Order: sequence, then C-alpha cells, then structure tokens
Amino acid sequence: MSNDSTTSSGLNNRRSTVNRLSAEKVTLAYDQRVIAEQLSVEIPDNSFTVIVGPNACGKSTLLRALSRMLKPSEGRVLLDGQVIQSMPAKKVARTLGLLPQSSIAPDGITVADLVGRGRYPHQGILRQWSTEDERVVQESMAQTGVAELADRYVDELSGGQRQRVWIAMALAQQTPLLLLDEPTTYLDIQHQIDVLDLCAELHEEQGRTLVAVLHDLNHAARYATHLIALKNGRIIAEGAPNDIVTAELVEEVFGLRCQVIDDPETGTPLVVPAARKARTEARVAATEAS
Amino acid sequence: MKSNRVLRTPGGLSLRLDVRAVTVVVLLLLAAFAASVVLIGTGDFPIPAGDVVKTLFGNGDAGQEFIVNELRLPRVLVGLLVGASLGLGGALFQAVTRNPLGSPDVLGLGQGATAGALVMIVLFSGSAAQVTLGALVGGLVTGLAIYLLAWKQGVHGYRLVLVGIGVSAIVTAVNGYLLTVSDIVDATRALVWMTGSLNGRDWDQVWPLLAVCAVLVPLVLVNARGLRMMEMGDDVSNALGVRVERVRALLMVAAVLLTATATAAAGPVGFVALTAPQLARRLTRSPGPNLLASLCMGAALLVTADWASQRAFGADQLPVGVVTGVLGGVYLLWLLVTERRAGRI
Repeated sequence: MSNDSTTSSGLNNRRSTVNRLSAEKVTLAYDQRVIAEQLSVEIPDNSFTVIVGPNACGKSTLLRALSRMLKPSEGRVLLDGQVIQSMPAKKVARTLGLLPQSSIAPDGITVADLVGRGRYPHQGILRQWSTEDERVVQESMAQTGVAELADRYVDELSGGQRQRVWIAMALAQQTPLLLLDEPTTYLDIQHQIDVLDLCAELHEEQGRTLVAVLHDLNHAARYATHLIALKNGRIIAEGAPNDIVTAELVEEVFGLRCQVIDDPETGTPLVVPAARKARTEARVAATEAS
Repeated sequence: MKSNRVLRTPGGLSLRLDVRAVTVVVLLLLAAFAASVVLIGTGDFPIPAGDVVKTLFGNGDAGQEFIVNELRLPRVLVGLLVGASLGLGGALFQAVTRNPLGSPDVLGLGQGATAGALVMIVLFSGSAAQVTLGALVGGLVTGLAIYLLAWKQGVHGYRLVLVGIGVSAIVTAVNGYLLTVSDIVDATRALVWMTGSLNGRDWDQVWPLLAVCAVLVPLVLVNARGLRMMEMGDDVSNALGVRVERVRALLMVAAVLLTATATAAAGPVGFVALTAPQLARRLTRSPGPNLLASLCMGAALLVTADWASQRAFGADQLPVGVVTGVLGGVYLLWLLVTERRAGRI
C-alpha cells in the first residue's frame, strides 16, 4: 500500500525507505464505539496529503490519532520510527504541528501574542523569549499575511483572518509536519481558496509535509498531491488525485452518482454530481432490479 | 496596548515580562502591606502607622511589640495568607474550568469544608484544632469527589462547574441537617465558623498556612506557562507539547489544597476566590491566568475587608466573611448579568 502511494505521488520520486509519520494497524475508538480497526496509513514525506470521506468515516479521528490526541486502543502511530505516545511531548511538538477544529482565542489577546504562543515547545522557564522566537513570529505572520494585524485583538478579526492567525501560530511552531483538521470550515469560498493556497505555498515552497482533512472533494482533488479516501474506517483508495478519482470511486465512497471531468483550470479531476432526476431514476431502477 | 519587556543574558537565557502586570503586582503588594499596617494599628489601643512599621522592623518599644507581634500580627498574617491562597486557588480553578464561575465558592469546596467542620462541632463537640482538621478533610474530600464525578476521559471545564454546583447543593443540605440536630450552643459556634472570621487567630494558624503556601505557590508558578497554553483549548495545548491532563490534575490538587487550608484556618470566607482573579485580570488587562496578580489581589482584598469589618461596627463586631459576602454577592450578580449578555451562560 505504501509503495503504491510513494510512486504514484508525483512529488515523491525520492522514495524514502521509511516515511516520517505512519499508523500501523491502529484500532481507534471513543469509549466503546470503534471508528476504525486495523487501519494502516503512510503519510508520504513532503506530500500534501488530504484525507476525504463521508461524514463519520473516521477522517478526523485518524488525524487525531496521527497527532497523538487520541491513543489507539491497538496498533501504534510512529513518528520518525518511534511510538508517538512514548516520545517527550515537547519533542513531538517540535516535529509535528496540529491545527485542530476547536481552538479558543483567549479574551483580549493580540495577534502577535497568539502567534507567539506557537513558540511554546521551543521555550523553557529560563528561555522565555529568544531573538529566534521573535524572528520566527515575524516570519510566520508575514507568510500568512497577518503581519499588519500584529497589534490587533484576535476577537476583532473576521473568520478568514482569524484562521490565518491560527495557521501562523502553527507555523511559528516550526514543525516539518503540519496536520490541519478541516481548515476551511465556516469560511466563505474566497477565504477557503485563500487558506488552501496558503497550504499549497507552505508545501511547495517550504517543503513541509501537510496532512489535511477536507470536506470538499473538488478542493481535495485540486490541492492534494496524495489523496486518501476513507469509508467506515477503511481506506478505499489512495494515490494522486488524477490516478484515483473516478466516478466509480465517488459512488463507492460517498454513494453519489456523478461525472468526473477535467477541471478546466488545473486539469485535476472535477466531480459533478448527477442531476437529481437521473439519481432518482437510477435508484428506482436499482430497487426494481433487486 | 501590549507592553512586553524582554530581558536577555548573553548565555541565552531570556525572561519575558508584561510591564503592566508586574506594575499591578507591585502596587497590590504595596496596598496589602498598607492595609496590614492600618489593620495592625486598629483596635482598642490604636497605634500610629509609623510606630507599627517601626515595630514590625524590630525597633518598637516593648508594649507595642507585644500588641503588634503577639496579638495583631498573627491575625493579619492569617488574613494575608488566607486571601492569597483563596485568590490563587480561585485563579487556578477559573483557568482550569475556563469559566469565571468555576470558583471554589460555586463548586462547593467551601460547603465541603463547612460540612467537615460541622461534623466536628455538632457530632463530636471538637476542639478548635479538631474543627480545623475536619474542615481541611471536608474540603479535600469534596474536591476529590467533584474531580472524580466530573472525570470522563479527562476533566472538562463546563462539566466540572455543573458537577460542582450539584455537589454544592447536596453538601448544603447535609450542613442544614447537621445544624438542625445540633443544640443551641453548638449551633451558634457553627454559625460563627460558617461566616468566616479572623477573630482570635494566632501563630498556630499562621505556620500551617505558610508551609502550604511555601510549597504550593512555587509549584503552581512553575506550571503557569502550561496553564496559559491551556486557555486555547485542550487540543491546541496538547499540540504545543503541554501534558494537559497532568498539568490539570496537578493544578487542581494544588488549588483544592490551597482553598481547603485557607478555609480550615478562617472558615469559608465567601467570594474572595471568585472576585480576586477577575479584578486582577481587569487591572492587568492581560490574557492568561494572572496567577501572581490574583494572589496579591486576594491578600489585599481580605485584609482590607477585615479592616472594614472592624471599623464599620466597632472592633470584632462583624466577621470578615460578612463583608466579603456582601461585596462578592453584588459582584456575582453583575458577573451573571454580563456573562448572560455575552451569551456565555
């Protein structure tokens, strides 16, 4: 499975023998509710991996396991060859960053202060704010285009600006791996594209490995270099979007009849759902046949 | 706006200070000291402030030395330490629960300590020391019960507040029962204890408080940076490398110990734990738990309230808990109204 993914992903010709982040036969469960069993995933180094799938397929759960927010009840998640739970927390935090869905901006905090909190894993009680911290914070704000907002309060910002600030905070952590849980939720289309462009930039220009959970299949197909399609806690297909996104796959994973055409802008697959009438007729035909 | 100053040494050490927060802490310390001096000077034998300061630094005459060091200083020290413990404990609780209502008063720790004290007074007619011990045990058991009941794969703020309110209601009922079965002498003694008072406190109350603070305050401050990250939610702080559950458990235990010891020494002095962190926060205008500022605010508040309770109705007429209760109650109302307007409750 991992061999397929590294060869099919165009940017990964180097084919490292072992990827930095992987899950080995993990069983993921909340209380007694099992979300995924015996799931193995490789995140190709230097890829922009996007996990897609229907609601409740376990994509956010998988991301939580990869970022050690959820301890697998069986199996293990490996980061640089070590079981992630057994590593010192700050060491993990210097290698792997996470932008979770739920984050709370403290009352009355400024943009620069919030971004500065991303430096926590690099600091200690006697090393609270080095010149390096200062430089990285400035750089992170510049990269995400929030430098001019540095002294503004986070509560005053729009949703799109706020998401950029949180991404800047994750960048200030300076991790080679960055995991994003639905970074475009609650944003309008312009800001969705804005955030995805920023992700693509971080991936292409800085060579960071990105893993994102996205809802929009077309966004995923356009931006991902490596796509993982998940259903009921199992991987249905993975690889470069051009290789794996077909009408059959979409029907299998999402249960939606559709056409897959070439995106006129980028040439990546574009999923066009079938008209309601066509889908209803197909369903009637299917029930009659059975 | 923000006024952070950074101190760096050539060796690569660096400290980051919020100038405004440091100023607030210094001013509050001065205020607490000033209030202490005034309080020591107040009583049947008034002593001018100048003489009080002189005596405190060891240059007073013998008569004043006895009144200051033996009679009045212990009471003021108990007040300062109780206030500091309550302020810090309240700030910890409010930060861990991410809720200004998540203070020991609302969570029922005070009621728990009261129950422990009442058991000693009503059922065993215990000595003062036994009552103190009972209150301490009652507070600790209640804290533990709340923590365990609220535990569900980690403790979450809102759950903790709701469980705490429930526990508080139950313990209040138990306290009511204990009062109804007690005889009139015990009941009077219990009622005085329940209001929270600094009357007749001496060096015996100072030492245990001082010991608890000496251990817990540094421990808490070392973990303050992790707590500051936890403001942003468990996921973000975990991702930043904070061991959230460990820090939370440690700080909760510290907060329960601080509150229980303070309550055991002075009775359930109401609302200091609730108001001190919020007032401190408004002064520093800084995000984060504002632990040091809350500690100093608690100390200053309690000593000032004790002075007010003595001055307003003559010496020792009014227990300090009445003053903090009245002021804190008004504040709680205001807080409920603004929180409701902001849509948080």
